[in-house]
Parts: sequence; C-alpha cells; structure tokens
Amino acid sequence: MSTTLLLVQGLNGLQFGILLFLVAAGLTLVFGVMDFINLAHGVQYMVGAYMGATLAALTGSFWWGLLLTLPATLAFGLLLEFLVFRHLYERDHLSQVLATFGVILFLNQGVKAVFGTAPMQMPLPELLSGGVRVMDGLLYPTYRIAILVAGLAIAGLLWFLVERTRVGMLVRAGASNAPMVSALGVDIRRLFMLVFGFGAMLAGFAGAMAAPILSVEPNMGDNLLILAFVVIVIGGIGSVRGAFIAALLVGLVETLGRSLMPDLMRLFLDPSAARQAGAAMASMLIYVVMASILAFRPAGLFPVRR
Amino acid sequence: MAFQIPGLARRTLLASSAGLLAAPAVQAQATPIKVGLVAVQTGPQAALGTQLRDGWLLGMRQLNNQLGGRAVETLVIDDELRPDVAVTKVRAALERDRVDFVVGVVFSNILAAIMRPVTEANTFLISTNAGPSTFAGRGCNPFFFTTSYNNDQVHSVMGQAAQDAGYRRVFVMTPNYQAGRDAVAGFKSRFQGTVVDEVYVPLTQLDFSAELAKIASLRPDAIFTFMPGGLGVNLVRQYRQAGLANIPFLSTFTVDEATLPAQGEAALGFFSAASWAPNMDNPQNRRFVTEFEAAYNYVPATYAAQSYDAANLLNAAVRRVGGNLTDKNALRTAIAAADFQSVRGPFRFGTNQYPVQDFWQLQVARRPDGKFQTETVRKVLEANVDPWAAECRMATRI
Repeated sequence: MSTTLLLVQGLNGLQFGILLFLVAAGLTLVFGVMDFINLAHGVQYMVGAYMGATLAALTGSFWWGLLLTLPATLAFGLLLEFLVFRHLYERDHLSQVLATFGVILFLNQGVKAVFGTAPMQMPLPELLSGGVRVMDGLLYPTYRIAILVAGLAIAGLLWFLVERTRVGMLVRAGASNAPMVSALGVDIRRLFMLVFGFGAMLAGFAGAMAAPILSVEPNMGDNLLILAFVVIVIGGIGSVRGAFIAALLVGLVETLGRSLMPDLMRLFLDPSAARQAGAAMASMLIYVVMASILAFRPAGLFPVRR
Repeated sequence: MAFQIPGLARRTLLASSAGLLAAPAVQAQATPIKVGLVAVQTGPQAALGTQLRDGWLLGMRQLNNQLGGRAVETLVIDDELRPDVAVTKVRAALERDRVDFVVGVVFSNILAAIMRPVTEANTFLISTNAGPSTFAGRGCNPFFFTTSYNNDQVHSVMGQAAQDAGYRRVFVMTPNYQAGRDAVAGFKSRFQGTVVDEVYVPLTQLDFSAELAKIASLRPDAIFTFMPGGLGVNLVRQYRQAGLANIPFLSTFTVDEATLPAQGEAALGFFSAASWAPNMDNPQNRRFVTEFEAAYNYVPATYAAQSYDAANLLNAAVRRVGGNLTDKNALRTAIAAADFQSVRGPFRFGTNQYPVQDFWQLQVARRPDGKFQTETVRKVLEANVDPWAAECRMATRI
C-alpha cells in the first residue's frame, strides 16, 4: 500500500465522515437538547434525497433542486413534529423509539408507493461533474470535494450559531438542563421546534447532497442511521463538536479498515481466508472502536452533561 | 395474498353446474387451470418481481389467457422476500386454491423454502429466475423445472469471456454472502489468468471509494463484479465518476434492464452475461419486446423474458397432454419436451431439467429512443450444460 494510496483512502474516509457529520449533527442536537430519540432521522435524510431528486427533475437544475430542498425538508420536519413527535417529549425513551420506528416504516412504504421501488437518479451538476487526478488512473470527483467543502462550511456555521449567538446559547443550556432553561422563562417548546426543524433540514440537505453519488431508493437512510447513532454515542450526546470529531473518526476507521484489514489478515492467514476474514472484521471494526471508547469514556469524547 | 375475483368464482360455479348436465368429460375442461405466480412485490427488490409478473401476464394475454386451450386463472402471490411468508402463502395456494402449477420466484432462498411444499403436493414448480445449484445436482427433483439458468453458469460465462479476451490480471469484487462467493468461484472456474485481488464488501455498502482507489492502484486488465440491485447502481455510477471506465467492467446481474434506468449513461459500454438480451433478432423475441413495452412502458429484463417463456412452455405442454393434467408422468414428459419457440433461440432441457442453452456476452447501449438496454456482443458458450447436471439422479417415473 503506497503512501499516495493511503492518502487517497484517508481523503475518502474524511469525505464519508463529513457526510456522516451532516446527518449526525441534527441527531445529536435533537437527542441532546430535547432528550428525544429520533430514529426517524434516517428517513428524513431519505426524504431529503427524494425531494432533491424530484425538485431537480422538476426545475431542470441541480442547484435549484438543492436550494428548494431546504425549505421543503424543513416544512416536512415541522409537519412530522406537529403530527407525531410533539406528543412524545414527555414520554419515556422506549415510547419514542417505538413511535419513530413506526415513522420509519410508514415513510419507507410511503416513498415506495409514491416513487416506486426502482432506484432514482439525480444527475451531477455540470459545474461539479469533473474530477481531480489524485493518483495514476484515479479521478477524485469534484463533487466529492464539494461535499467536503459544504460539510466543513456547515460545521463552521453550526459552531458559530451554537457558540456565538443567543439562540445557540439557549440550545447549549437546553442540552445541559432543559427544565432549568424553561424555569428561567424561555419558551422551551419553541426552542424544541426550532432545534427539531433545523435538525430535519440538515438531514434533508445531507440526503440531497448525497443523492448524486449514492442511489436514491427506499430504505437508503437505514444503514446511515445506525452509523449516525454510533457517531453521536462516541462523540457525546448533545455535543456538535463531539459529533464532528466522532464523524471524522468513524469515516476514517470505516474506510481505512475496509482497505487495510484484508492486507493485515494476510500476515496471519492464507490469501483467500484473509480476504473473507478481513471483510468480516472490517464490518465489525467501527463497533469495536465504539465499545473501546465507551469503556474509557462512557459519556463519549465530549460529554455535555456532567 | 392470493385473491379470487367473485366473477370468476361465479363463472366456475356455472361452468361446473352446466357440466353436470353435460357429459362428465366436458366438466373437466371447463374448470380453469390455476397457476400460482410467486414473485416479490414489496420491498426494495420489488422491481424484479414486477418484471417477472409482467412477463407472465403478457404471455397469458397473447395466449388469450389460456394454456393448451384451457382457461387460466393466475393467482399472484407476493412472497415479500421472506421464506416463512412464502411458504405460508404457497401452502394456502396448494391446499385451499388447489393450484395446478407454481411459477416464478426471483430469489433462490424463497425457491429453496417452497421447493418441498410444492413438490410433495405433486405439483410442478417452474422457476423463471432462481437457479441455485442445490437443485441442479443431487437435489434435482422431477417436479422442478427452470426456464432461467443455473447461477454458477452465468458467472462462468464472464470468466470464459475474460479468458477469450486475453485479460491476464483481473480484479474481482462481490458482496460478502453466499451468492457473492459463488460468483467468484464461477468466474474462476473458466478464467485462467491471475486474480490480482478478491474483495468482499458488506451487503449494505454505499460508498465504494476505498475499493475504487485500490483498483486504480493495482491497474488490472479488467474488473469482474457481481453487485445486484442498489449495490450495482452505486458501484457503476461511482466507477464512472472515478474515471476508471477505461478499465473494462465485466459483470453479472449488475447492469440489467432493472437497474439501467438508474445507472443511465454511467453504465454505457459495460459488459454483462446472459442467455437473452432484448435486441435478439428472432420473430418471437421481437414480438415479445415490442408488445411488452407497449403494455408496460419499460424495457424488459431477463426476469420478464424467462416468465414469458414459461407461459409458452406450459401452453405447449398442456396442449400435448390434451388438457388433462391428472397424469403427472405424461405432463412431465410434455414439459420436458419444451416444444415451443423461446425468445432466446434454441432451448431444451437437460437431464436435470435445467436449460441447455447458449450464453452471450452483452454490452450496455443506448437505444435511439433514449432508453438503455443490454445488447449481444458475441456468443461465449454454446448449448452449455450446467456443471451440476452429471450429479443428478432423477427417477424416470413419479
């Protein structure tokens, strides 16, 4: 494995991590501030992808599709909040898990009923359809670089919002101790709605951005949801900074693990067994890492609540 | 669930009561032949089940909804890609609805689940897609026919094509499950060059950038992959985006008419292997493809073509036994005779009741009307018998 290849794999890992961050950021805010386990975050990502693909097809332009997806997913998220989630804030986590799981099933079937089961296509925008030669014979798509840039920009924006604005201060306070914030006279309901809507918008945006490179199909959010939960657990619930670091960590471990594990196994086993064992171990690796981190830091890397 | 339309039930009642007044022989002809069509209609793979169903229904329509002159009632059974559900529904079709044939099944695990219930009820099971090796060799069954292929065969076609093309170093990548490992084994059974790397990816993989970087660094002569469904859609698009399209893309079940609408231009020029392609130039195939697209407005894939063949196969068989399905030995001989014109050209059954047929190397192309399809490039294997046929010991009489 040459240095160039290692660097390229590292870049791939970072890009995957940024995509994970976009999904996990909303999830951690909702879980942290509202103490609400939102399993339906994955389908919000999926709905964002479908809306992006449909709006891009309707308007004929990728950019308009992406831009219009933001208010569309925000509206959709608020609708879900009004119909389902609002009634669950006071309930225990199990009820929230059951209800949001039901939302997953409902939306997966709904999307299938409206759009059919075959994967949908969302074309790359003209401006970003080229590539950069990162190594002999390999083109790193400009679009993936755009995802990296967008993700970093959003991370910066989130940092600014959370650390430097009054609303962000309320969000941080709410993540630490929500009843106290309410007792201090802040309309906690409105704050929840704001956080939830913003989280939904982030997830939808991530879905729309990922749509051109990953296939848009029912159940596309389910696997990403599992990884997003791993990210927020490692990073510390409620911490956006934790989600950022953890997402990059998960992305790197996942990508580098996949490429290096079979080679590592080759030191101990014959080639054929090494490949299969390597593939199996690479799938497990991220969970092993999560367990190890939790063994030393049970509340995650950057816990919000002491 | 299988539904019976009240009108047909009424018709059956009238027909049978009219038959009581007429000669008893006429009564047997009046009851319709019931066919249970098992295909996945829900879940992410439903597109394949829909293709399978539509191919059969088109065949029935062209035959005026008759097999061998007798009226047919098709019961569409959704197996939901769950073996337990499939077994329950098929048992109901056998016991309550008394189906005469069970046709269909996209996935091998569903086929394995329903094999015993169907064959033990002395009912013929015609697979129109799943072709696991389990039932091709020692597990062969006199009540089981398949109009598709044996899975291992298709992968070996690509191996032979790679060998014929003179590729010396090939990169192999499949999902990490039994079918993926079978694909690798099938490819290697005929490819004699070097496999520079064998990569097994998780079934849930979304992003292939790590594997694509590996491919670029190894610089193989070609890659071979088996990536069904959404996996294939992602891989093909990312492969093209990474600028690797100059390395020939050999595949099985990765670029077919079910996934091409999503893959679009990214798949142009990629290779595949099958025993049928929509552009095959014979009268029955031209008729099949034109009428299919006119009726359903999408390009048929092998799932539809094989179901369509099953309809014509059973039509010829029922005609041969004069509509009398009670003599199972005569019916089996009639089906095994395969006296019909297949859309893929020459077709006959082997000793294990799997097809003996030609296999082609296909390439993805864009049609003048903008839709994508696979087109034949060259014949790779002629009248190929699957590798398990010799192990089959089937009873001559059932």
